Amino acid sequence: MANRNASYVRTQMLAPQSPPTSQIGAIRWMRENLFDGWISTVLTVLSILAIGALVSGLWPWLSNSIWNARNLTHCREILAGEPGACWAVINDRWLQLFFGFYPSDLYWRPVLAFVLLFVAIAPVLFPSVPRKVLAFSLAYPFLGVWLLWGGSVWGVTVAAAGFGVGYLALRLTRSAGTLVSTLAAIIAPVLWWLFLAVPVSGFLSGFAPLAIRSVPSREFGGFLISIVIGVSGIVLSLPLGVLLALGRRSSMPLIKSISVVFIEFVRGVPLITLLFTASLLLNYFLPPGTNFDLILRVIIMVTLFAAAYMAEVIRGGLAALPRGQFEAADALGLDYWKAQRLIIMPQALKISIPGIVNTFIGLFKDTTLVVFIGILDPIGLASAIRANSDWQGIYWELFLFIGAVFFIFCFGMSRYSMHLERRLKTDHR
Amino acid sequence: MAVDSGAPKESFRLGMLLYDTRYRSYTIQIFALLLLMLAAAWLVDNTVRNLAALGKTFSFQFLWATSGYDISQRPIAYDSTYTHGRAAIVGLLNTLILAIMSCVTATVLGVIAGVLRLSNNWIVARLMTVYIETFRNVPVLIWIIVVMAIMTESMPAPSAFRGADATASMLVWDSVAITNRGVYVPAILFNTDLGQTLGLSVEASAWNWVFILVVLLASFWANARLLRHATAVQNATGVRPKTWWKSLLILIAPTVVLLLALGFHLEYPELRGFNFAGGFYMRNSLIAMWIGLSIYTGAFIAENVRAGIMAISRGQTEAAYALGLQPGKTMRLVILPQALRVIVPPLISQYLNITKNTSLGLAVGYMDLRSTLGGITINQTGRELEGMLLLMLIYLVVSLIISGGMNIYNNRVKLKER
Repeated sequence: MANRNASYVRTQMLAPQSPPTSQIGAIRWMRENLFDGWISTVLTVLSILAIGALVSGLWPWLSNSIWNARNLTHCREILAGEPGACWAVINDRWLQLFFGFYPSDLYWRPVLAFVLLFVAIAPVLFPSVPRKVLAFSLAYPFLGVWLLWGGSVWGVTVAAAGFGVGYLALRLTRSAGTLVSTLAAIIAPVLWWLFLAVPVSGFLSGFAPLAIRSVPSREFGGFLISIVIGVSGIVLSLPLGVLLALGRRSSMPLIKSISVVFIEFVRGVPLITLLFTASLLLNYFLPPGTNFDLILRVIIMVTLFAAAYMAEVIRGGLAALPRGQFEAADALGLDYWKAQRLIIMPQALKISIPGIVNTFIGLFKDTTLVVFIGILDPIGLASAIRANSDWQGIYWELFLFIGAVFFIFCFGMSRYSMHLERRLKTDHR
Repeated sequence: MAVDSGAPKESFRLGMLLYDTRYRSYTIQIFALLLLMLAAAWLVDNTVRNLAALGKTFSFQFLWATSGYDISQRPIAYDSTYTHGRAAIVGLLNTLILAIMSCVTATVLGVIAGVLRLSNNWIVARLMTVYIETFRNVPVLIWIIVVMAIMTESMPAPSAFRGADATASMLVWDSVAITNRGVYVPAILFNTDLGQTLGLSVEASAWNWVFILVVLLASFWANARLLRHATAVQNATGVRPKTWWKSLLILIAPTVVLLLALGFHLEYPELRGFNFAGGFYMRNSLIAMWIGLSIYTGAFIAENVRAGIMAISRGQTEAAYALGLQPGKTMRLVILPQALRVIVPPLISQYLNITKNTSLGLAVGYMDLRSTLGGITINQTGRELEGMLLLMLIYLVVSLIISGGMNIYNNRVKLKER
């Protein structure tokens, strides 16, 4: 207390000093994130060198891009020996890369089908979309098929009516018990498609010939075919995968072994052998004289292939579900299908979202393999474009373009799945 | 005095087959069995009728017929006078060679990329994210074709290596030549042929490698014994005997002695005439498949590795530090064993994917199993049915062996829970 007023004691507080320059702003950030120890420094230097090499290698090529040229020779004349990308090939052929040999005056049909696809999946993707749109989603597969392949409107209508027949059979036989009505709901539409569909649609076409120009499958190509195969495979493989996963966990030994054999067989062979089976061997397995569309065969094979992988992913989700959930469903007195529909599947599917979307992405990428059985997908078209004397010797521009389109689709899907995971997350950890 | 306290006995009625859960499963299974048998009968009947209509029989005799076609990459003796069966074996070996090479490089790439993506270094982590996302989201077929195009279009022709003003030069002290026809690396040759000396079989040249492999495996086994002994001593006395020089000796010496005894030497590729001669020639198709599969699958493995490391909670590291373990030992004894349990199963399914993706060799003309048995043989003999069935069966067996190995590993490392 005595030296309170001593002259050497400060009476005023000093303003806080600013931290040393090495501890603030960009310098501190760089010290922490780029030069934290000698390993990190070496890695940073190596990365910068790699990026530098990549940019200095690609920049002259990209900056000299030619967008308008008649052919590769013309492109090279414009470039006059300089390195440069000849995007004129994309400018010239992008419609072909997207639509294949689809009649050019009918391009609006695939485009409309693609736009409507987004309308149809909107209620699945975004919860804010009114539920009524789901009715459109159910009708979309038939609408899409009709828009793409054309032909009489009655063909797809009658095919769609098969589901109505099934529903009707389910309602009419409800009093006879679940099993009977389920069987009726399966058998009635099959009978409808096998025996009644063709005469009925023939009759209706004669009655009111409503048809648009039909486009045969061999004129499909490019990204159109990738998307058609990919989307149908995705839509069809999920329910089949669910059934296979349930079959594999079934307590009935026969159902279980059928599912296991199917899943392990399909997962054990490359997709390409299945595609060759579709193109070469299916004629052996079907009644003599049957011949059906190659794209349809490919869709079936791709669906079966993806369904086996899907089944394993969903089985993982089922296994991750606590046993109590199954027991609680039983305790509530729910029957098997009700328990699956209301309690098990919503949770199991949520757990397996990342795996399901990975399977979707894999399926979409695998559609490129159809080039091996002579379908002109983007890769097949790239070779076809190169075979043309105008663009002989052009590689990188085509690959970059095709790769970029695939990247956009697949990356978009994976980002959406991350978003979906966050949205559906209900735990409070 | 046993009193039956179960459900009251009911006489069996036919309706119970449908409505009683005790019997319903039998009904469903019998129904499914009938459907399955009908479907199988339908398929077999169709096949028999189709084969009869084409005038073909179902037989695998073609495997013993002369193939009449050449295979560019031959790990064992083969030319067009050998049989189709031999061609299929050559194809299978090519498939396996490619699969093993790709698995090794993809693992190395994937582990490096996965660890670096978790690095604190901002630029490296971003770079690895770009690598992983780019390669994961573009079909592997495109990558294979791109690598093939790079090899054939952007690499110098052998003539560019010639003369005083050569525009291209060989790498790694003049031992590796990368040309647009393929890559030439030094070949490993032996003066003595153990197989021939011992009179073992026609495939004499392969025996040297078999012996080297056996010796190597034996060294590893002996080293494991040594380490186990050291651990036993440590457990008993508390002092771990020095083992590093013994380990080194056991691991290296026998192989080196064997190599010297066999007259091991390297043969370097040399430019002769218009092309390189000597050395080991790796075709562009092999290089394209190898690099394409490795970088593509490497991106997937990187994600598996990252997920495995992130699955280990931070508490494990902290607990290890609290016990006084050094960072290296923490990684080796605490983190890695736990992370591997998460990493290995998806890693092995990536190996399965690599093995199945080798069938894309068709795109660049790599003569794998699918291109020999499933390609030229089928086209020449017209035996699509038999050829495809055999092809699928072989792939299936290979896949089942790999996944069987995974199951054994899983059971060994599984958390022992009650």
